[in-house]
Amino acid sequence: MSEREVLELLRENARYSTADIARMTDLSESEVEAAIEDLEAAGVVRGYQAVVDWDKLEDERVRAEVELNVTLDRETGYADIAARLARFPQVTALRLVSGDYDFDMEVEGDSIREVSQFVSEKVAPVPEITQTVTHYVMTSYKENGIELGDGDDDDRLSYSL
Amino acid sequence: MTLEQSERASQVPPSGIRRFFEIAEERDDVISLGVGEPDFSTPWAARDAAIASLERGQTSYTANRGMRKLREAIADYVERFDLSYDPDDEILVTTGASEAVDLAFRAFVDPGDTVAIPQPSYLSYEPGVGLAGGEVLPVQTTEDDEFRLTRDGLEAAGAADADVLVLCYPNNPTGAIMTEANLEPIADFAREHDLTVFSDEIYAELTYEGSHASIAAFEGMQERTIVFNGFSKAHAMTGLRLGYALGPAEGIDAMNRIHQYTMLSAPTTAQHAALEALASCEGDVREMVDQYDRRRRFVLSRFEELGMPCFEAKGAFYVFPKVPTEWDCEAFAEELLREEGVAVVPGDVFGAGGNGHLRVSYATGLEDLREALARIESFVTEHA
Ligand SMILES: Cc1ncc(COP(=O)(O)O)c(C=O)c1O
Repeated sequence: MSEREVLELLRENARYSTADIARMTDLSESEVEAAIEDLEAAGVVRGYQAVVDWDKLEDERVRAEVELNVTLDRETGYADIAARLARFPQVTALRLVSGDYDFDMEVEGDSIREVSQFVSEKVAPVPEITQTVTHYVMTSYKENGIELGDGDDDDRLSYSL
Repeated sequence: MTLEQSERASQVPPSGIRRFFEIAEERDDVISLGVGEPDFSTPWAARDAAIASLERGQTSYTANRGMRKLREAIADYVERFDLSYDPDDEILVTTGASEAVDLAFRAFVDPGDTVAIPQPSYLSYEPGVGLAGGEVLPVQTTEDDEFRLTRDGLEAAGAADADVLVLCYPNNPTGAIMTEANLEPIADFAREHDLTVFSDEIYAELTYEGSHASIAAFEGMQERTIVFNGFSKAHAMTGLRLGYALGPAEGIDAMNRIHQYTMLSAPTTAQHAALEALASCEGDVREMVDQYDRRRRFVLSRFEELGMPCFEAKGAFYVFPKVPTEWDCEAFAEELLREEGVAVVPGDVFGAGGNGHLRVSYATGLEDLREALARIESFVTEHA
């Protein structure tokens, strides 16, 4: 159970120090360290990344959501197609989803051209892929549970009873 | 011509934190741990419901006692505390728990009546007693008892002769809670001495060990108890001003008779928010409670590390550390604010029993808490 608590805290802020996590959970620092090691070793925690508001940067970053439809045959399943796509570094997320299409793929690049080329030259030609629909991200309002607005000011009085 | 205050009004003391407020205004880097309200906003679903009610034009008065549906939802909600109240005549929706507190003093305290109030305690009870012409009987609670009210404490204070006993658990300012086992002898005492009980349970949901117990749930207590609760703390709705009183029908009727003239009805928009809060915001409340609990542990650990002993507060969003013995708590709070820009409330503001302590609120984000505790640490180290 303590692993679950540690996981929740890491999901809230992966940069909490082990000491702070220990203070917040009543675990000792070494228990926190052990829990994190276990989570990593078991492959539950796969990495730690910054949540970025790209609109705040000068450099352009182009992101697109690509819907993919596929046909399967005896030799090729979803996992085979996924493995092939996931190897491309341009693909930042890939999920099999229910509904009108099969895969929901997120792609990143430095320009629209780069992303379009990637989809048309690397993805569309895959024999099992029957259709791609690319949606470019125009503005992001929330990423990984974090709202990207200016945040609410704390307008509380500094003292209240 | 001059406006001459009534004698009663002039007896109401000025607020003990005003002075600190003015000092804090002079700085722009103050981190405030002096706040008695959540740092979260009202869960979005509740705000959204309030907005939708405005869009539909629901801006008229409601029934004096509050919207029927809301009273039904409150009746369902309080079942979690083993409380059972009839939405028809045992629940009154008020403008904040504050109004319920005020109504209760007006409805049940006569001039000369004695109202026993554990110390330290939230500050609005004493003026309420004063305005009703009653007398306050302070009942000390101590750190040795983790600021719980005990039968011994009641007896020592002479509360057997009181008319009303006020309870406030989880407690503002100490963060103390009373478990079922702690409440039992208090309930016995109240029955034996025929005391009316006002139980301010506004922080009920913010209980971090076990679950909240209400004195009204004990045998023979519901008929002598008025429970105050509301949406300010659990649902982060302070500015919407919505609370309620629970009690036996005649008691609620007495309060409603005053309420119907002085308030007519609690704010309608807020009632819509509250209805949604009870219908769908349980998850938001759990999330906030989890956050407070982590911060609570964090703050308790930090006070321990920096050498300011602090009993383990298990409720509300306050801890109540002791200032180093060479310090007076007022002076400590003032110097801490001037030198380090950290706002805390000196414990003596909440009655003599709070002397030597600080009320430290953790209704503040972890980043600010971490920084504030670092500043307190450097303050304590420098003055050691
Ligand atoms: C113990 C206690 N009771 C009542 C209140 C007032 O609550 P409301 O906002 O519902 O009027 C507060 C607010 O700080 C409080 O701390």
